[in-house]
Amino acid sequence: MTDQDLPTTDTAAGADDPVLAELAVLFPDARFERFEPPVGPAQDVVHVAPADYLDLVTAARNAGFDTFVDLCAVDYLWRDPRFEVVVILGSMELRRRLRIRVGVGGSRPTLPTITWVFPGANFYERESFDLYGVTFDGHPDLTRILLPDDWEGHPLRKDESVGSVPVQFKEAHKAP
Amino acid sequence: MAGTAEPPGFLLTTLDKGVNWARTRSMWGAVFGLACCAIEMMATGAAHHDLARFGMEVFRASPRQADLMIVAGRVSQKMAPVLRQVYDQMAEPKWVISMGACASTGGMFNNYAVVQGVDQVVPVDIFVPGCPPGPQSLMHGILMLQEKIMAGEIKH
Amino acid sequence: MSDTPNVVTGDFEAPTIKPPTADESQPSATAERRREIHDIWVAGTEEPSWVRQATDEGSQEMLIAGADQAIAVQEGTVVSDDYVVQDDSDADERQILNMGPQHPSTHGVLRLHLELEGETIRRVKPIIGYLHTGMEKTAETLTYLQGSTNVTRMDYLSSFHVELAFALAVEQLLGVEIPPRGQAIRVLLTELNRVSSHLIWLATQGMDIGAISMMLYGFRERELCVNFFEKVTGLRMNHNFIRPGGVAADLPDGWEDDVEFLLEKVPAGIVEYEELLNENPIFLDRTVGVGVITPEECKAYGVTGPTARAAGLGWDLRKVFPYSGIDQYEFDVPVGRHGDVYDRYLVRMEEMKQSLRITRQALETMPAGDYRSDDRKVTPPPRKRIDESMEALIHHFKLFTDGFKVPAGETYQAVESPRGELGVYLVADGRSRPWRLHVRAPSFNHVQALPVMLTDSLIADSVATLASIDPVLGDVDR
Repeated sequence: MTDQDLPTTDTAAGADDPVLAELAVLFPDARFERFEPPVGPAQDVVHVAPADYLDLVTAARNAGFDTFVDLCAVDYLWRDPRFEVVVILGSMELRRRLRIRVGVGGSRPTLPTITWVFPGANFYERESFDLYGVTFDGHPDLTRILLPDDWEGHPLRKDESVGSVPVQFKEAHKAP
Repeated sequence: MAGTAEPPGFLLTTLDKGVNWARTRSMWGAVFGLACCAIEMMATGAAHHDLARFGMEVFRASPRQADLMIVAGRVSQKMAPVLRQVYDQMAEPKWVISMGACASTGGMFNNYAVVQGVDQVVPVDIFVPGCPPGPQSLMHGILMLQEKIMAGEIKH
Repeated sequence: MSDTPNVVTGDFEAPTIKPPTADESQPSATAERRREIHDIWVAGTEEPSWVRQATDEGSQEMLIAGADQAIAVQEGTVVSDDYVVQDDSDADERQILNMGPQHPSTHGVLRLHLELEGETIRRVKPIIGYLHTGMEKTAETLTYLQGSTNVTRMDYLSSFHVELAFALAVEQLLGVEIPPRGQAIRVLLTELNRVSSHLIWLATQGMDIGAISMMLYGFRERELCVNFFEKVTGLRMNHNFIRPGGVAADLPDGWEDDVEFLLEKVPAGIVEYEELLNENPIFLDRTVGVGVITPEECKAYGVTGPTARAAGLGWDLRKVFPYSGIDQYEFDVPVGRHGDVYDRYLVRMEEMKQSLRITRQALETMPAGDYRSDDRKVTPPPRKRIDESMEALIHHFKLFTDGFKVPAGETYQAVESPRGELGVYLVADGRSRPWRLHVRAPSFNHVQALPVMLTDSLIADSVATLASIDPVLGDVDR
């Protein structure tokens, strides 16, 4: 699957959207998209390069998106930046959300941490590290969070299996 | 019940029966509710389906004071050593009921994170199926355990 | 203390957000400390005199190595004269206390490392992962019709909300619209689920604080709600009823009488509990001024739901981003002031009443019609048609074996669960199984924000605070 499959309407965000226009001026290389589903509210998405990621998040917070909503990683196995980290920020005053997508790849995928901008990202970045192996530079405590500390591997990666075992039939006696 | 080896002598048999009767009529559970089944276990202990009428008056937090461990919920890989440690801390005689599909066989989660059946970690006496088993199913399992102890099938 | 919270009525406006001013319940030193970057407890920075055990957040061993020494001391074969020791203990020595994961406070398997100075908590580290079930990985192997069996077990106390978030996300990518009756059934079930979830919160909060009879009262009312759910969906919990395309079946005959019965019994129960607890001096002592979180901290940590509303943030997704036709119903959103445990209690009690108000409106205005979309590529045909029509048989077969395919795309859809913003981030790739399903769990953020609420408070308050944020560990660990 590719990004071209995403339905878009206006990639030049800014005509009627002062908040995103401000960000578009600061980050000319970022790509803005607006996904308008047939049912539900419109969703704004920003694709940004890893070099601008931390600055964009900080600028978004200054522009009003001061509520931390979500951070997760996705493994697009056959695409060139293999992983993607998705950050969702919200704004209570502006009553909208913003989705920031950063592609990160290589043998040791790394991004700067946004814990010092949004303390709520702490556990989320640990979870992405635990399940995907994406490291976050500058994170105060990047250790495994959901799996035991001595676990090997990053199970949510697409090249790791689910880990299902054949059903074991036990010699339990049924009550007569 | 057929096939039970009874100890010799009339006096010891009666004593045995008396001891079993006492054990079953005041089994206190250890708090080991993990996930959704824990809510149904609490509902079984609550007013509508009352467990206290069977002698299970309270669930003790300290495993030293408990006889019965109802493993209610899915056991993850990180939790398995904790489960074993709590089981080891319980004093004899002790019994284990594996409540729900996830505790019995891993349930619908046949993956890397869930132990496929809690009997890989502790010995289990009764398996209660369901996802989650309703209070009536759990009570049926507990009463079946009580019957088995009374009949002397499970010796601890 | 007993003033009712601000009730935001009608057409909802974004609130002006101010921090609580010069609050007399907080000493200024604490307020000063909170404005710094929060002390994130890095693994390994415990007091040097604390001995690491094998069951710490480290490699998990099945049996403790070195247990023989401890047993020998207990048995008395080895006597350690530890009362004859250099007196280097000063009053500021800190002690590590481990709470959980097996814990009587029945919130699940949460583990808290507390660094105590006497009775005061100086640092808290929540350790999670004891219920990690790999649900996000399992979701990639299940079709979209099977997906709600998986997600419904994440937040098992409000399972309808998780199913609804998942169904809404899939429907956004599919582009199907749900008929009004289907939407109204969803609203009815989710609001009753809010009531039953808050009743369990009330039961466990009361029991943790010491009002043990609240446990029995809360479960008594919950039985009524759960009996209704069993009548409608077939299951008491983990219903798998709200599916992409609508709901699984229509409401059974006589459901109006059942809802009427609920609407008669549950509000009477709520009134009793308020009489019991609202002005109870012991309850007030244990909850007022305890576990405070400020609105800025809520936003920084992503804390939403009743916890954020009790802190003063009037943010409710049902009003801001309405879904499933909930904007047709009139209801108010209670907003607190102080952000402490007592305000969260008041907010949730009021929310129960508002949910029952929505339920009454849903009962009175339930539209007739289809309960699911009639797009045959998504929803299975009615069972009796399978005998008549070959096409229906084929559709049924394809839908239940292979599943319907969702066009490629990604979306984020959130609902207001009893705990907060419950969101589903779904990446689809055109096949019949999701490429990535991530659930944004509200309890994950709340557990992360525990250090903020518990630092410099007493250890007895930790139990009250933990109960008041109402975490569900299935949500946290997934």
